[in-house]
Amino acid sequence: MPLLDRMGWRTDDFSRDDVDGGIIVPLAALRSTLDARRAGVIGVEISNDVAVDRLAPYFAQLALIAIAFPAFGDGRGFSLARRLRQAGFAGRLRAVGPLIPDQGPYAFACGFDEIELPEASLARQSEAQWAAALGAISHAYQPGYARQTSIFERRRAARAHKQESRSHA
Amino acid sequence: MYAYDEFDERFVRERVAQFRDQVARRLSGSLTEDEFRPLRLQNGLYLQLHAYMLRIAIPYGVLSSRQLRQLALIADRFDKGYGHFTTRQNLQFNWPKLSDAPDILDLLADVGMHAIQTSGNCIRNVTADHFAGVARDEIEDPRPVAELLRQWSSLHPEFSFLPRKFKVAVTGATEDRAVLKAHDVGVRILRHPESGEIGYQILAGGGLGRTPMIGKVVRDFLPKGQLLAYLDAIMRVYNSEGRRDNKYKARIKILVHELGLDAFRNAVESEFAVGPNWSAEETAELARIAPSFSKIAYDDLPAVSRIFEAAKLANPTFAEWVENALFPHRVAGYAAVTISLKPVGGVPGDMTSDQMRAFADLAERYSSGELRVTHAQNLVLPHVKLDDLFDLWRTLGALGLATANVGLVTDIIACPGLDYCALATARSIPIAQAISRRFGDSARQREIGPLQIKISGCINACGHHHVGHIGILGLEKRGQESYQVTLGGEASDNLAIGELLGPGLSADEVADAIERIVAGYLAKRRPGETFIEAVRRLGVNAFKSAFLRGAQDAAA
Repeated sequence: MPLLDRMGWRTDDFSRDDVDGGIIVPLAALRSTLDARRAGVIGVEISNDVAVDRLAPYFAQLALIAIAFPAFGDGRGFSLARRLRQAGFAGRLRAVGPLIPDQGPYAFACGFDEIELPEASLARQSEAQWAAALGAISHAYQPGYARQTSIFERRRAARAHKQESRSHA
Repeated sequence: MYAYDEFDERFVRERVAQFRDQVARRLSGSLTEDEFRPLRLQNGLYLQLHAYMLRIAIPYGVLSSRQLRQLALIADRFDKGYGHFTTRQNLQFNWPKLSDAPDILDLLADVGMHAIQTSGNCIRNVTADHFAGVARDEIEDPRPVAELLRQWSSLHPEFSFLPRKFKVAVTGATEDRAVLKAHDVGVRILRHPESGEIGYQILAGGGLGRTPMIGKVVRDFLPKGQLLAYLDAIMRVYNSEGRRDNKYKARIKILVHELGLDAFRNAVESEFAVGPNWSAEETAELARIAPSFSKIAYDDLPAVSRIFEAAKLANPTFAEWVENALFPHRVAGYAAVTISLKPVGGVPGDMTSDQMRAFADLAERYSSGELRVTHAQNLVLPHVKLDDLFDLWRTLGALGLATANVGLVTDIIACPGLDYCALATARSIPIAQAISRRFGDSARQREIGPLQIKISGCINACGHHHVGHIGILGLEKRGQESYQVTLGGEASDNLAIGELLGPGLSADEVADAIERIVAGYLAKRRPGETFIEAVRRLGVNAFKSAFLRGAQDAAA
């Protein structure tokens, strides 16, 4: 399936089949996989209603968590990503489902690193459209979302700068 | 009033360009209709029965003269020369073309306006007390908080695909004129009963619609600086746990109801405890925003105006208008004036472009260039000198805007209904017009006194029928419009849901039924007792026989 991150399309170094390299397993198979493949690169795919507490004990052993978006209008995955990041998960976070380019900035802001799309999306929505959607709105208001400085924080910084230059004058 | 800074300005401009691109991608087939739909809705564009409808945000109901003139220009250039003020303090244009929508949004951006999140499953335009900054019972002006929430909720990365729409209201006064208990979340600015510190009381789980519920207090007192973090926690719990299997059970009120208030509160408080705090940003933002709302230069005036008192004595019609139109201002010598958009037999909330332009001039001449939109679909000039009231009234009369019925039986709230709305099951506007004509006589209205009639054309309750003293709900039964009448609702601190009086009525029976209810009240009231007070004392059942008697006569 097509995979995309902030920079554009990328090759998927994970697979759902039992081959060398990274493997993504369903939550039900996580325990047995961890037991069997101690050295492997392991990811888990979860539905968007899984409690963070169920995964937290495995954070250190998990290279990737993939959160399913059953439909693009189902925004639970955004909050789950946020909760996982808040709980300290530092590995890769992947959104899996029919997201649209306009949701790209939201997904990355909530802590996702990459988006795995169904083939059907690829036919209609180009890499250029995903890139354009990322740059559509320069700054967001909300503080605390990943890899952006919010408008609230920018305003504060600008005021502090102004005050500083005033005190130097 | 709040003025956009460079960040706000760039944000709305980029948002317009983004929507222009989204429309282009829809037309090229890159976005399917399903994918485009939430994008279009989050820019305020609905597909209605006959055309698109664009709902423009009027954040917390505050407008400048310049903005109103721009709305008049849009009405002339892209619509049929009028606009419609809604029960959520917004303005709707009923006839724009999809291809014109980006140009309209550009014109809005020119005057610091937008249509962001006036629709869709996201945090909607924030509403507030329409007498904010004016009322004497105010602890603190709610507009800075409302503006903060407007910004915080705009294109929220986490909360733009919620289970369902989400409505927030704010008040800073003792009397709740923003109907917090009918909102998904209500924010009340108050003083801590012991320490005297100013903070917030947070309500959640209120709402009208198919299953009306009264909002409950989730947090008695939240210190300042923690509002955004607390709202983040509420939104995260709702976004994660709110039902998505049934759109009629997807509002937060159902979640609060199904979990129970204590379990919901625990979930929110646990989320709040682990979440980041934005106290510094929040405090700095409020400090930045607040001064823009306190720039009005009031004259030093005596509390009593001789010009005003003399005009009332000399002109009984003026005195009648004054009786209900004035709201006491915290500054001596001033009043806030409510202007009825409910001419007898007219469409509630409609305003022509000519009226808008003339009204913008009036706001400039008499009210510091500022006006407000109320959830009762009327307008307010918030800062009028008592000395100017008579001149103002005369000019309003010439514009057809001096109807003396604010708060009376013909000051009817009505949704657009089946004349426009794709969701409606019955017409609302003709029912409002019929009732308005029936009770149009000025002396009779004043004899009846305060009475709120609210009409919805479907179960979604945009006309707030549940909380009308008399509520009317239009349904469709076997291909016919059928109207249910409820009694005893209240949109106040004592929020109450009306009770059904009896079987549905046909459109032409409604005005007669209202007449019988009102006659029952007039016969049984005690001296000085208002309609709703009498209903409370006598009980809804006391009115049923009169209501049913007429229904049976009609059936016979």
